[in-house]
Amino acid sequence: MSVGFHELEEAPPPMTARLEGELMEISMGPQHPSTHGVFRMNVALEGEIVRKLKPVFGYLHRNHEKIGESTSYLGSMPYTDRLDYFCSMTNNWAYALSVEKLAGIEVPERAEYLRVILAELTRLQNHASLLGFLLSDMGAWGTPLMYAFREREIILDLFESLSGSRMMCDYMRFGGCRCDLPPGWMERARKVVDAFPRFLDEFEKLIVSNEILIARTQSVGTLSAELAINAGITGPMLRACGVNYDLRKVDGYGFYPRFKFRVPLGEHGDCYDRLMMRVLEMRESIEILQQAMEQLPEGPIMNPKVKIRAFKPPIGEAYGRIEGPKGELGFYLISDGGPNPYRYRVRPPSFINLTILEDLCLGHTVADVMVILGSVDIVMGEVDR
Amino acid sequence: MIGSGVLNGMAVTLRNFLGSYFERDRLTTVQYPEERETLAENYRNFPFLVYDTEDAAAGLRCVACKICEKECPPQCILIVKSEDKKPDYLGKPQFYPRVFDIDISVCMSCQICVEVCPFEAIKMDKIFELSRRERFDALLMGKDELAKSNLYYHNIHPLEAAAVDAKLAEAAEAKKKKT
Repeated sequence: MSVGFHELEEAPPPMTARLEGELMEISMGPQHPSTHGVFRMNVALEGEIVRKLKPVFGYLHRNHEKIGESTSYLGSMPYTDRLDYFCSMTNNWAYALSVEKLAGIEVPERAEYLRVILAELTRLQNHASLLGFLLSDMGAWGTPLMYAFREREIILDLFESLSGSRMMCDYMRFGGCRCDLPPGWMERARKVVDAFPRFLDEFEKLIVSNEILIARTQSVGTLSAELAINAGITGPMLRACGVNYDLRKVDGYGFYPRFKFRVPLGEHGDCYDRLMMRVLEMRESIEILQQAMEQLPEGPIMNPKVKIRAFKPPIGEAYGRIEGPKGELGFYLISDGGPNPYRYRVRPPSFINLTILEDLCLGHTVADVMVILGSVDIVMGEVDR
Repeated sequence: MIGSGVLNGMAVTLRNFLGSYFERDRLTTVQYPEERETLAENYRNFPFLVYDTEDAAAGLRCVACKICEKECPPQCILIVKSEDKKPDYLGKPQFYPRVFDIDISVCMSCQICVEVCPFEAIKMDKIFELSRRERFDALLMGKDELAKSNLYYHNIHPLEAAAVDAKLAEAAEAKKKKT
């Protein structure tokens, strides 16, 4: 005969006990559809209001930096694709830029133009898919995400026909790019860029004036400019607070000073501003793309002095940074003259933008946490490395 | 008016839905196993070994120099060099790989082995349906499975293969002149 529950343990508290005044701790994630990967937040709730939030990282940690210190300089290039797998082209560029700084390598003009074109295409597809994901987090399941993915796929097809792979491009090399454009690529790319404003108009009509979207995003997750600067936030998230800081203007790396473009700035720093920032940045990216495609010169795409095998930069250290779609992406390298770096460090924008998640979320409801997290724009491959 | 934004959005959805019946570029899904898109010339997935002439064992361009094994970022290549020399496709005695294994489950198709190879012996394939019934040994591709003819290479990457052939012919010519 079985023993009853109440005979073994103390009786459970009666069901009438209330949680009034007490915090309830729940664990959101790591397998939550809106955490963009494996990311956990320990949230303490009072009713539905967030009172404490603790992000837990590391589920996708795969030793990127340590691997970078044990493989050759070239061998780290395909691994950088896997950092932020939405924008492998900009990751490649940031890494190539730091190694070029370290070894003092010149890049031919055509390669620089190609890099600008590819980086801006990356920005287009990253921002488009981010908007789709953000709306999907807000409950607009399917439709906006599929529209965004439709456009993204067209750009990824361009990447595929150029580099051989949709997402893991592994295209840039120290001192240039790996291969020249295949025949007909430029015409296709021009067509894609010319058709992109049509998608943006449509997408804006779909979302921008939508009352539900406005109610869900305006004055949610407001970030002050002061906190943003102190926390080292970069990218569209910083500019949404009204801080005019764009590395394309500040550093002027690549050939960005040659192009005419504006830096859109937000005013309130809330989720709506962050969302609109992406739309406006896409419009500016199209401007840059059109100018770059116009000016693209003929010539070599690779510096012939750079060795592929047994590449050894001189002793020294270098920090190369670019304005990635998510913010400042930097690589810090120390060379001891050997075939692999002595120290290899990544400054990932989405990780540093995520550090102030608690400040953004306090006082909002659980449902808003998803929107705020979506508007930060993270990719876990880069956060955990 | 409250609600007009929502209705505007609905109009966009409706236009896309109806447009998919008339405009080709609004209907984007490819029904994969039945329908296949042609792969781009540059598409790459998993390396293979090129051999010239008819015989796969004799015509391998690989001379077991082990550079790709050393440079491979995830270390998925295993080469064991032969002790004796065999005449290669040009008739010159060369070492050859006694064992040449690539692990599909480790390879990340990064193309670095192709770039570092000084003999144009390893190239990227376009196959992508690589799943196997077994988890371990079946995923290790040996020399026999990896070897594919130069003709096959010309089929999958016509432009690149032509450039490589021209380069090799030039090198052979230069060598002949020297001797």
